[in-house]
Amino acid sequence: MDTLINLFSNVDWYEIWLATGDTLIMLGVSLAFTVLLGLPLGVLMFLTSPRQLLENKPVYATVGLIVNMLRALPFIILLIVMMPLTEIITGTSLGILGTLPPLIAGATPFFARLVETALREVDRGIIEAIQAMGATTRQIIVKALLPEARPGILAAITVTAIALVSFTAMAGAVGAGGLGDLAIRYGYQRFQNDVMFVTVVLLLVLVQILQTVGDRLVAHFSHR
Amino acid sequence: MIEFHNVHKTYRVAGREIPALHPTSLRVEDGQVFGLIGHSGAGKSTMLRLINRLEAPSGGKILVDDVDVTALDADGLRGFRRQVGMIFQHFNLLSSKTVADNVAMPLTLAGDMSRAQIDQRVAELLARVGLSDHAKKYPAQLSGGQKQRVGIARALATKPKILLCDEATSALDPQTTASVLRLLAEINRELKLTIVLITHEMDVIRRVCDQVAVMDAGVIVEQGAVADVFLHPKHPTTRRFVQEDEQVDENEQNTDFAHVQGRIVRLTFQGEATYAPLLGTVARETGVDYSILAGRIDRIKDTPYGQLTLAITGGDMDAAFARFTAADVHMEILR
Repeated sequence: MDTLINLFSNVDWYEIWLATGDTLIMLGVSLAFTVLLGLPLGVLMFLTSPRQLLENKPVYATVGLIVNMLRALPFIILLIVMMPLTEIITGTSLGILGTLPPLIAGATPFFARLVETALREVDRGIIEAIQAMGATTRQIIVKALLPEARPGILAAITVTAIALVSFTAMAGAVGAGGLGDLAIRYGYQRFQNDVMFVTVVLLLVLVQILQTVGDRLVAHFSHR
Repeated sequence: MIEFHNVHKTYRVAGREIPALHPTSLRVEDGQVFGLIGHSGAGKSTMLRLINRLEAPSGGKILVDDVDVTALDADGLRGFRRQVGMIFQHFNLLSSKTVADNVAMPLTLAGDMSRAQIDQRVAELLARVGLSDHAKKYPAQLSGGQKQRVGIARALATKPKILLCDEATSALDPQTTASVLRLLAEINRELKLTIVLITHEMDVIRRVCDQVAVMDAGVIVEQGAVADVFLHPKHPTTRRFVQEDEQVDENEQNTDFAHVQGRIVRLTFQGEATYAPLLGTVARETGVDYSILAGRIDRIKDTPYGQLTLAITGGDMDAAFARFTAADVHMEILR
């Protein structure tokens, strides 16, 4: 028992606990905003794309360009580039609050593209059938497109949540807090391999839980 | 009543104009089952979608009960579409909703009925199509025939006056096809519903339609009562469809008959005449002998018909022909 404890001599479990909480808060809040912003954006991209209900080349091209630009930027660069903007939005570029804007800005375009792809998977015949019933565009989206794409959208949320876990870890590098911050400050900069090990295991467990829950939800809502 | 006045449709694909429907005029009377038959790309699917304006015409006028469909605004079009049901080859049911919710969909979209009223109407509709026990299932749990029945129930939900059927039986096996067609005939009769259906199978036309239009390359090449078109096809495309249905090859038949003795005639019986003992009587009275080379006795919708190809030898052939012509029979001398 003693050797087991000695093996993790550098690990401050209370700090690990706090860092885990920080990671979960960053993940939860950024995921919520990402879905809130990315879902309508994905729907907009889908609807304005060629041969769709609201086909609109200029809108699709513009939104697509912005989305691609944000996605092309490595997240660590986005974190730094966004700092001035982050300070305007949240008043600080540090801590949890300072990380949320880049997290959301990084994940939203990614998620929106996934939503667009999920909507594209919906059978065109279903849209035609519901149009033939005299549905408004809004009804087509709410009553047919989104319910039909729900498994795909849930899968997209899962993938995005896992991407956000890695983003939060990266954000640790620029003073965000959370498990990534611990791993970098203790594990990397002070060569405390035990801290590194514990944070990595916790991140793995978190990813595993997210994937499992996501898969279950997809299966539950999938009736194909 | 559905009227097409010089309606045409051209698609623009990669900067080129591709005509899908050449200027066409057409009239479908109330309560009719009207069939459009053609191979894929013949323009029948376009014609069907022009009726509820899933496709907008490039020119011409489409009137449904004297309302100009082509002139409706977005609101008017939505209201109009609620009076026109539609079913599809691949059913197009929402996989995320139960059978009951699928059938309720047009009613929820219209939004003018209470939940209780909708539930009651859905129960009625499911009973009509024989799926009351499957209300809570998802489409993926049903067979093809059952899915199409759900499609039909859904199409009937808003009590439409017109039902459009887009290759409704093409994805079904022959037995299921027959039962779905019986259901369509039944609703046509009981609800006085006008049905426009498109198909590439003459058999479907023969079983349920009153009128048929044959399409080829965006043009209606032949049109008329099903019995006339089916029994006396004129256009080569029509003849091909009829032969496909009868599984007869005209060329093969001609070679087969080459060595047969005597004259060859084709007799077509319709209605009660199908059951009259005409052949025996004529043979006895005129002394001719006959052998049956080919034949088919079947029904066109509710009317029995027979079509026999005979080789006739000996006796008083002219008298026999005169007797056939005088009887309630259509006679063609093939050789």
